[in-house]
Amino acid sequence: MPRRTMIEAIQNAQDVAMGADARVVVFGEDVGYFGGVFRCTAGLQKKYGKHRCFDTPISELGIVGAAIGMAAYGLRPCIEIQFADYMYPAYDQIVSEAARLRYRSAGEFTCPMVIRMPTGGGIHGAQTHSQSPEALFTHVAGLKTVVPSTPYDAKGLLLAAIEDPDPVIFLEPKRLYNGPFDGHHDMPVTPWKKHDLSEVPDDHYTVPIGKASVRREGQALTVLAYGTMVYVATAAAEESGIDAEVIDLRTLLPLDEETIVASVKKTGRCVIVHEATRTSGFGAELAAIVQERCFYHLEAPIERVTGWDTPYPHAQEWDYFPSPARVREAFERVMQEG
Amino acid sequence: MNEAEGPLSLTVPEPEFRPGDKPDFSWVAVDKAGAVRRPAYDEDPRDFRDLAFSIIRVLNRDGEAVGPWAGLLSDDELKKGLMDMMTLRAYDARMMTAQRQGKCSFYMQNLGEEAIGCAFGRALEPGDMNFPTYRQAGLLIAADYPLTSMMNQVYSNDGDSARGRQLPVFYSSKEHGFFSVSGNLATQYVQAVGWAMASAISGDSRIAAGWIGDGSTAESDFHAALVFASTYKAPVVLNVVNNQWAISTFQGIARGGSGTLAARGHGFGIPSLRVDGNDFIAVHAVAKWAVERARRNLGPTLVEYVTYRAGGHSTSDDPSAYRPKEESAAWPLGDPVLRLKAHLIAKGVWSEERHVQAEAEVMDAVIAAQKESEAIGTLQSGRLPSQRDLFEDVFETMPPHLLRQRHQSGY
Ligand SMILES: Cc1ncc(C[n+]2csc(CCOP(=O)(O)OP(=O)(O)O)c2C)c(N)n1
Ligand SMILES: [Mg+2]
Repeated sequence: MPRRTMIEAIQNAQDVAMGADARVVVFGEDVGYFGGVFRCTAGLQKKYGKHRCFDTPISELGIVGAAIGMAAYGLRPCIEIQFADYMYPAYDQIVSEAARLRYRSAGEFTCPMVIRMPTGGGIHGAQTHSQSPEALFTHVAGLKTVVPSTPYDAKGLLLAAIEDPDPVIFLEPKRLYNGPFDGHHDMPVTPWKKHDLSEVPDDHYTVPIGKASVRREGQALTVLAYGTMVYVATAAAEESGIDAEVIDLRTLLPLDEETIVASVKKTGRCVIVHEATRTSGFGAELAAIVQERCFYHLEAPIERVTGWDTPYPHAQEWDYFPSPARVREAFERVMQEG
Repeated sequence: MNEAEGPLSLTVPEPEFRPGDKPDFSWVAVDKAGAVRRPAYDEDPRDFRDLAFSIIRVLNRDGEAVGPWAGLLSDDELKKGLMDMMTLRAYDARMMTAQRQGKCSFYMQNLGEEAIGCAFGRALEPGDMNFPTYRQAGLLIAADYPLTSMMNQVYSNDGDSARGRQLPVFYSSKEHGFFSVSGNLATQYVQAVGWAMASAISGDSRIAAGWIGDGSTAESDFHAALVFASTYKAPVVLNVVNNQWAISTFQGIARGGSGTLAARGHGFGIPSLRVDGNDFIAVHAVAKWAVERARRNLGPTLVEYVTYRAGGHSTSDDPSAYRPKEESAAWPLGDPVLRLKAHLIAKGVWSEERHVQAEAEVMDAVIAAQKESEAIGTLQSGRLPSQRDLFEDVFETMPPHLLRQRHQSGY
């Protein structure tokens, strides 16, 4: 089976979608001729024409607003915001318009579109190329939010998102674009091309939105993670010798509560890991759900390992980015209890 | 079928030349140096709308400074301007290499656009404030901000006044009239207007300058800035640096059907000028004119600098993927350093020998600053800001939850 980097998988998903459905259009800053600053739309303009894949003016508001109009018309826009850090100019269009169009018109107008954006840190991008704004989307009624962590999932989830009848926020952990990252910035990473998780079929397939995946089975504790943190958590499990079960949430909303609950009921302990700032982060929602649904099975307080409540730094990136060591310490704390 | 009855089709503008094409800019209407008039400060802006469609130029092919915009700067000031541009170029070259060596994470150069910041800076007074983008390091050089301080920022080392928190080249120096650079495009354009309004509210005499690239004029912030500046007649100079490219996207995508970016000002009743951005003397003269208007409480001016981004967008970019390699050389406005050098030589106050010597002098100064900065550290090694710093300056007083997190982090 062909191996693909996450970038190639995302490009391929859009290629497959555009080939299958003439309603799919792709646009954004530098997305057309050049094929995107991360190359996620490489070759699409050449293959499908300028009217289906094109460069836009630098206006995120314009990109999202125009996509809403196109989706309401009946197209299936799959648009790129160059970095998640630059979505704020579009936030009004996303929150007040895309998310609510179906509700406020009782289904008369709908908004089937995908907003792709690279997220997360680990590339020395400082505060404007590193943010993880997922909680700003999960907090909004009417948006689905997806975060793949492997090339296979990226393609399958992106195709599912493009085919979904509602707006989907598609967050691409850019630290995973070229290879998985286990949090050890001072050690070499295995590129996707040499990694088992990069087998991506050429054909159409989907990975269902709303389904988590158990990435490492274990008995001692449950780790809830997504994106880059799946690898950091897995590294912590391997290095600590603690038999952690690592759940890759893949979709944050709608959340696969059943997989989470079954695991925490089995292990009785839960550690949540995300890159985003801690306060009001998605981890708070996860912790609430776990205590609501697993309270009598918990042997220890739920732990969160997150980015600190500061803007994303530059020189001190590796002190900010949750490391396997910090995750391991949380493992040890939850194992000491009960 | 009649054309009017045919199906609709989408228009997507394309640049004239792509890799493999032979660039030819003979169509670019370049006004003769000295040809464009200089309005009085208080002339009714409706009477010089044509200046948004011409190009104000001073330096002609023979290196002479001609026309109504010439004659403001002394020979010494011009020599200082030339040295500033050469310093910026040498500094950029060294930092590009430093990035390749891993001493910094990233870099953005000013190649080909040196005249703009270096000349504009000369038109301001102490206390005025620029709201720059990442490509106006020339303003800092013109304000004699120490090169070592600039490098400390680029290296994110312990000498960086912003504690290594920002990407390289996102400088900040209040003292030098340089507002902290944001990575989010266009956001600061309207802040410049607000700063200028504050000066007016306070009965002050200081003015502000906003900076934006051609591509970024598409952001709503640009339009918000123009309407606020227009409504309140804010004492601000609204600069648009049209270097033809926004990463891989040519300026036609942001400009759309508007004849020029300067003409955007007309919808807001803002006087708008277009100037040769590679002509140090013209940039300075137009800047001085716009600054003077602002200072006389006559309101905002929009200035479009026509230039060309001769290098890649950043160290992450390879422009040969989207534009012909020869495009930079074919661009009709020439090189700002060579043009001012030719002028000074034509005037008899500079020479080829002096220029070679000056090149060595600026490179020595840059290397000396680099040694000093690297003695503190680079992103790779040496003294970085302390991890403890990570938690500072989120608020003036650290709230308990952050203090707890700092302790948890081991500091
Ligand atoms: C809000 C926002 N959107 C997108 C970006 C990504 N980006 C950084 S620079 C750039 C191009 C800007 O071009 P232009 O305004 O012409 O300035 P130049 O780089 O040519 O000086 C883009 C799209 C950003 N930094 N901020
Ligand atoms: Mg530009």
